[in-house]
Order: sequence, then C-alpha cells, then structure tokens
Amino acid sequence: MNNRFSWFNATSLTFGFAFLYIPILLLVIFSFNESKLVTVWAGWSTKWYGSLLQNQSLKDAAWVTIRVAFVSATVATVLGTLAALALTRMGRFRGRTLFSGMIFAPLVMPDVITGLSLLLVFVALNIDRGIGTITLAHITFTMCYAAVVVQARLQDFDKSVEEAAMDLGATPVRTFFQVTLPIIAPSVVSAWLLAFTLSLDDLVIASFTTGPGATTLPMKIYSQVRLGVTPEINAISTILIGIVTFGVLCAAYFSRRQTQRAERERRLAFGATD
Amino acid sequence: MSTNTANYRRWYVIGPPYLWLLVFFLIPFFIVFKLSLSDSAIAIPPYVPIFSWSTGIWNFLKQLDFENYTFLFSDPLYVNAYLSSLKIAAISTLLTLLVAYPMAYGMAKAPKAWQPTLMMLVILPFWTSFLIRIYAWIAILKPEGFLSLFLMKLGFISEPLQIMNTTTAVYIGIVYSYLPFMILPLYASLEKINPALLEAAQDLGSQPWRAFWQITFPLSLPGVLAGCLLVFIPAVGEFVIPDLLGGSDTLMIGKTLWSEFFSNRDWPLASAVAVILLLVLIIPIVLFQRQQEAVREAGR
Repeated sequence: MNNRFSWFNATSLTFGFAFLYIPILLLVIFSFNESKLVTVWAGWSTKWYGSLLQNQSLKDAAWVTIRVAFVSATVATVLGTLAALALTRMGRFRGRTLFSGMIFAPLVMPDVITGLSLLLVFVALNIDRGIGTITLAHITFTMCYAAVVVQARLQDFDKSVEEAAMDLGATPVRTFFQVTLPIIAPSVVSAWLLAFTLSLDDLVIASFTTGPGATTLPMKIYSQVRLGVTPEINAISTILIGIVTFGVLCAAYFSRRQTQRAERERRLAFGATD
Repeated sequence: MSTNTANYRRWYVIGPPYLWLLVFFLIPFFIVFKLSLSDSAIAIPPYVPIFSWSTGIWNFLKQLDFENYTFLFSDPLYVNAYLSSLKIAAISTLLTLLVAYPMAYGMAKAPKAWQPTLMMLVILPFWTSFLIRIYAWIAILKPEGFLSLFLMKLGFISEPLQIMNTTTAVYIGIVYSYLPFMILPLYASLEKINPALLEAAQDLGSQPWRAFWQITFPLSLPGVLAGCLLVFIPAVGEFVIPDLLGGSDTLMIGKTLWSEFFSNRDWPLASAVAVILLLVLIIPIVLFQRQQEAVREAGR
C-alpha cells in the first residue's frame, strides 16, 4: 500500500475509532457518577465501587469465573499449541481435513449451538453439571482460538533452525523445547491471554453448561442488565475493562520487545552475508 | 529412527487435540440430532430417550416420525425466525463492511510507525467483554439515553428517539460488536498490496478512484470474504444482541432456541432448531474453512 495518507483516511479513522470507543468511555465515566440515574451526571463518586465490595454473590461469581478462566485457558493453550503443530509441522495425516474443520468451525459457530451440543454431551456422559462442565466447555471453544494464534506464528518463522537442530542430533521433543518453543513463546502467551478473556466473557455457553450453584460473572451481569441499567454494573464493567486493557497492553509490550530482540539477533547472525 | 516410528510418534502431537475435538465438538452434533428426533417430557432430563439397545433398531425406525421437524416447518413463527435472522445478519454484515472498509483502508495507508498502535486500538475493544459492550449501548439508545439527550440539546429533534428495542438497535449492536472481525482481515489483505501497482496505474494516467476500483478493491476481496463470513455466520445465531437491544418484534433464531431451551424446557425442539440452523450455516462454514486453509497454504 502506498503511504499517501489523505484527509479522507484521517476522517474515516477518527469517526471509526470514535464509534468504537465513545460507548466504552461513557460507561467508564458514568461508573463514577454520584447519582443512581445512569445518564444524569451528579458529580464524582466512588460509592458504587464500595457497594460492589459488599456484594457477596457478585464476589462469589467473580471467583468462579476466574477459576474457570485460569484452568480452561491453561489446558486450551496446551491443546491449541499441539493442534497448531499438527496443522503446520506434521504434513499430511489421516483425517487432516476433518481436523482443520474442527479447528476453524468453532470460531464462527453460533454460541447457542455450541452450548446446547456440549450440554447434551455432558448429559449423555452423565457428568455432574457445574464448574467442571463450564471449564470443559470453555476449553473446547477457546483451544481453537489458541490454535489459530500459535499457528500464525509457527508458519511464518524460519523452519531451517528447527531442521538444523535435528541435523545436529536433537530429538524432536528437545528441538521443540529448546528451539521452537522459545521462538513461538510470545504467541503462546497471547493465545493464553485470548483464551482467558474469551472464557471470562462467555455468557451463552456457560449458561447452557452450568449446573446448580455455579454462576459466572457474565451470567450475574446478564441477569441484572435485564432488569435495567445500574451504576453498579457500570462499576464492575469498568473493573473488567481495566483488567483486560492492562493485560493486552502488557502482552503488546512484551511481544514488541521480543520481536525487536529477535530482529537484532538475526542481524548479528546474518550480518556478514546481508 | 524409522519412518514408521516417526509416523506413529506424531500422533502424540495430533492425538490429544484431535480426540478432544471429536468428543466435545463433533460427536455432540450427533447427540443433538438424535435428541431432535425424540419427544419432550416432564422429567430430568426433560425428554423421552428415543433409542436404547433394548428396543432394537427396528422399533426405533418404526416410531421415527420427525415430529419436531414437521412442527418447525408448519409453524410460521419458526420459519419467519430463520428468514429474519438471515436477513438481519446479511444487512448487518453489509453495514459492517461499509463502516470497516474505510477504516481498514485508512490503517493500511497510515504511516508504518502508526500501524501497530492502530491495530492495537482495533483489537482492544474486541478483547473487552461482548456483554459489557452491548450493555454500554443500552444507556446510549434508550429514550432518555445519551443519544436522545445529545440530539435534543443540539435541537435536531424535539422528541426522544425510539431506537431501543427495535431492529435498528440490533443492527447497531451487531455492527459495533463485530467491527474488529471485519477490519482485521480487510487490513491484512489491503496492507499486502504492492504500492508499485498503484503507482503504475497513476503513471499510466488512471484516476485515483478508478485505480481503487480496478486494483485495490479486487485485490482486497479475500479480506472482504473472510470478514463477511466472520460476521455473518455468528450473527445469524446471535442471542445476546437481539435479547438485550431488540424488541419483542425482533425475531431471531438464537433467541428462539434460547427460549425453547430455558423457558419452555423443550430440549428436543431446541435441538431440532439447532440442527436446521446448522444446516443453513453449513455452506458458509465450509467456505470459511476453505478460505482459512487457503490463507494458511499461501503463508508457507
């Protein structure tokens, strides 16, 4: 693409980003509103954050959500990384088309279908529904996102370093841990973060697969939102937005530093021939 | 190491995710299909199992009546819900494309140093909770909300706008939540276009507008296709947006499935709704998978 950045481009970006960010900004600002009316400003206050701390059922839901997200993101990242290796490094194998179909289809599958079908499996297998089944369900759909993120990195790095390690006698396992994994590490970290936030956000799949006593934060928020807009929901939303923003910014910072370092090493290694 | 052991060993890598997806993604669809053939009942779980090994295959086939499916197709409510979901998803996909294209184009033309930051700004809302972003629009769209207050203050309107609980609100919600899914593939394909092509067109006397339609747009089509599929397919089955922003007259099949399951507790009928929805979406889903495979092949 050429680099003549026109007024038209600047205007469309300005309006586009305004559209993306103004709703979120309004929500954050009005979480600090003194008034109970969400759209009428009555001065700064942090009282809604205080009342959140008193709300035991909300805190319980948050704890359930964090445990589910942590476990499912971790398992999903391991399975997703294996799936990414299978797609990029294992050549042709029996059932490959079906495999890649099962990786890509969940990315676009409507949540209501995924939720219903997972629930029916749990019923068929006679698994007690609760935190465990939500976690299994979340692993299933987030591992596909993890696989796509890691796969993108695996296919654009120089395979010759892996081949060199194997030629020098390293076993495939050793090559993976000493050569491949350090190179793809930033993408594995972002796959984990993506899986974590997707699990943190999910309402529909969790609602289908939950059982008595297991309520996640999105389920809690959803049941309150249906009753109307309250400053308390604004406050909890602001906290969640803050956590996610911080996480994404950290991930971006580390991955940029990593690429800069890789670039520098590449220059040193190939400096003489470049 | 012989090729045979290498062949055998690679299943240590392929096996775990493959098995997981077979058990929790593929087999469930067969269970959904099986359940869609059975009758509902007041029990836990709320259906009559249609098939057990003791009754045998013949009895199973004899009592098979596709009752749930005939019911779905005889009641105009369900047929209309499918059609209106497809229509709402198609219109919102087009609207998302119209909003996303100028943005992706602007990003691809922006100075190289800005591009990672712009990418970041697109991705950040996508990582923020879907539910929260829809919630944010309720405060904007409701009659006493920010949009009406703002427009009344400026004197454009004298009465509050009635957008909340209409299909218009659903369009806004879908465009807003799915915008990053459209921008990212568009940007990826626009950014790869070789500037020399446009310079050549210009040197040969082509107007910028014509150069855009004859060079840039056709080269961005893979991104357009990927983006449209990423928005259209999940939008057809969307539940949260029509439930929170739409009104009682906004028919969408995701909402129908949800209420069959949770309010009416009719699991077999909900399963039949899911089976038909999956059949409707199977072509776009296969198209999406092919497209992703093509991108992957091109990437090597």
